Amino acid sequence: MKLASGRTTRGDELGLKRALSGLMLPALVGAMAFLAALSLAGWEGSSSLARSWRDGARAALTVQVPRPNEAALGGNRLNVAVSLLSVAPGVASVHPLTEAEVAKLLRPWIGGDGGPVTIPLPAVIAVRLTGDDIDTEPLRRQLADAVPGIAMEDHGQWVRRLSDLAWSLQACSLLAVALVSAVAVAVIAVATRAGLMARREAIEILHGLGATDSFIAGRFARRATVLALAGGLVGTVLVLPVVSVLSGLIAPFTGTATTEATTVGSALATVPVSLWADMAALPAGAALIGFLTAQGTVRRWLRRLP
Amino acid sequence: MVRFESVGLRYGRTGGRDAAPEVLRNISFALPEGAFRWLLGPSGAGKTSLLRLMYLAALPTSGRLTLLGNDIGRTPRRALPRLRRRIGVVFQDFRLLPHLTAFENVALPLRLAGRPEAQVRADVTELLHWVGLAGKLSTLPDELSGGEQQRVAIARAVIARPNLLLADEPTGNLDAAQADRLMMLLNELNRLGTTVIVATHNESLVARYPNSELRLDRGRLVHEP
Repeated sequence: MKLASGRTTRGDELGLKRALSGLMLPALVGAMAFLAALSLAGWEGSSSLARSWRDGARAALTVQVPRPNEAALGGNRLNVAVSLLSVAPGVASVHPLTEAEVAKLLRPWIGGDGGPVTIPLPAVIAVRLTGDDIDTEPLRRQLADAVPGIAMEDHGQWVRRLSDLAWSLQACSLLAVALVSAVAVAVIAVATRAGLMARREAIEILHGLGATDSFIAGRFARRATVLALAGGLVGTVLVLPVVSVLSGLIAPFTGTATTEATTVGSALATVPVSLWADMAALPAGAALIGFLTAQGTVRRWLRRLP
Repeated sequence: MVRFESVGLRYGRTGGRDAAPEVLRNISFALPEGAFRWLLGPSGAGKTSLLRLMYLAALPTSGRLTLLGNDIGRTPRRALPRLRRRIGVVFQDFRLLPHLTAFENVALPLRLAGRPEAQVRADVTELLHWVGLAGKLSTLPDELSGGEQQRVAIARAVIARPNLLLADEPTGNLDAAQADRLMMLLNELNRLGTTVIVATHNESLVARYPNSELRLDRGRLVHEP
């Protein structure tokens, strides 16, 4: 109710607008939301990278043919290997790398100015399989019989290692979100307890007038929810540029963009939809933590009153 | 209405070798509906503790207390708020909420009881008119005189038409004229059926408004009608 003087405190019988600071709690919750958003960005980034790596490495083989130009039964060793691979079941494509391609791959290790490599190199055949569940062992034996000394590398072990790495990164991100949430709970609980101490007398008066625990806890919870929501919104808005920049940097590696993002718009466009959804949920999550923490803290404290 | 049967009260630890001392011991009396009692005794006799039991700010540590037909020892905690709403209390220090206006302080019991806002507005405005505070509806307690604060406290105590009205040294901060006006109000409420218990040191007030007495001394009831 608004009275003639303009004073109105309807719904704030406990004076919580003053007791529960409108600056400190949102600032702390905002910082927590900021950190949580970064952790979620880490989760999304590691997921995208792992997916990209897996997609690149999945269902692929690399075959090395030493002394490729030496004769073998049916042609030179390279041609024999390519022929065998081309007709093998489960093989989708066979691509013998040119000398220039091999030299390009090796340049970081052996240097050079793009001219021909003078040391003897094996031929390399990139093989794409039709699926990632194909048993390559028979093919390995067949190649070894026909072209002795041939080496075939299955990329499965790299996929497994990348998966382990991705899971580790994602677990760290989840742990960080859990820790940040726990700190947010602690911060809100401490603020609520401070509010309880500051409004102890008012609470006792209301309790004596017949206020239920639900009523009193509800007033605290409402205030904590509003403050936590505000903090969550501020933290999420502030983290947006950082997340956009990170997404822009990681985009070329995940295949979501071919080059680094150079404008705000292009950086925002690289933020994955799932990360947008995570960040949209952050303020709601902060509000929920505020509500539940305040309810629990106040109800536990009220049990000391008869 | 109110029945004490061998009621005892301790604050703090209630059992064991280091149990807190009993502030009330073996209190037994009964008050019928519509009674008026003075609660008398020297400082530290236990008057405030007895009132605290009656407005459910404390629970007996021994004996049996029956209030408004409810055996308090058997009443679940969740049912006590509803019972408290049937009890009005006037404190010596008023206990008004300083951030609420006079109107909102008086409106609290009705709002807690879930009364419609239109009824709250009408009842509170009428009662504040009746106690002479028609122009102070939106005034904060700190901006009111002691007597005005006392009237707000009384209005808050009676707005929900309680069955039991308790007053703890209600005239302690009032001059003689204000005290007389308060007593007339309490007598009027009593005449309308409210059970009234007033704890006081003020013997002259008791003499001017003779009524039955409960007298406490060192935690024991030494006189009852």
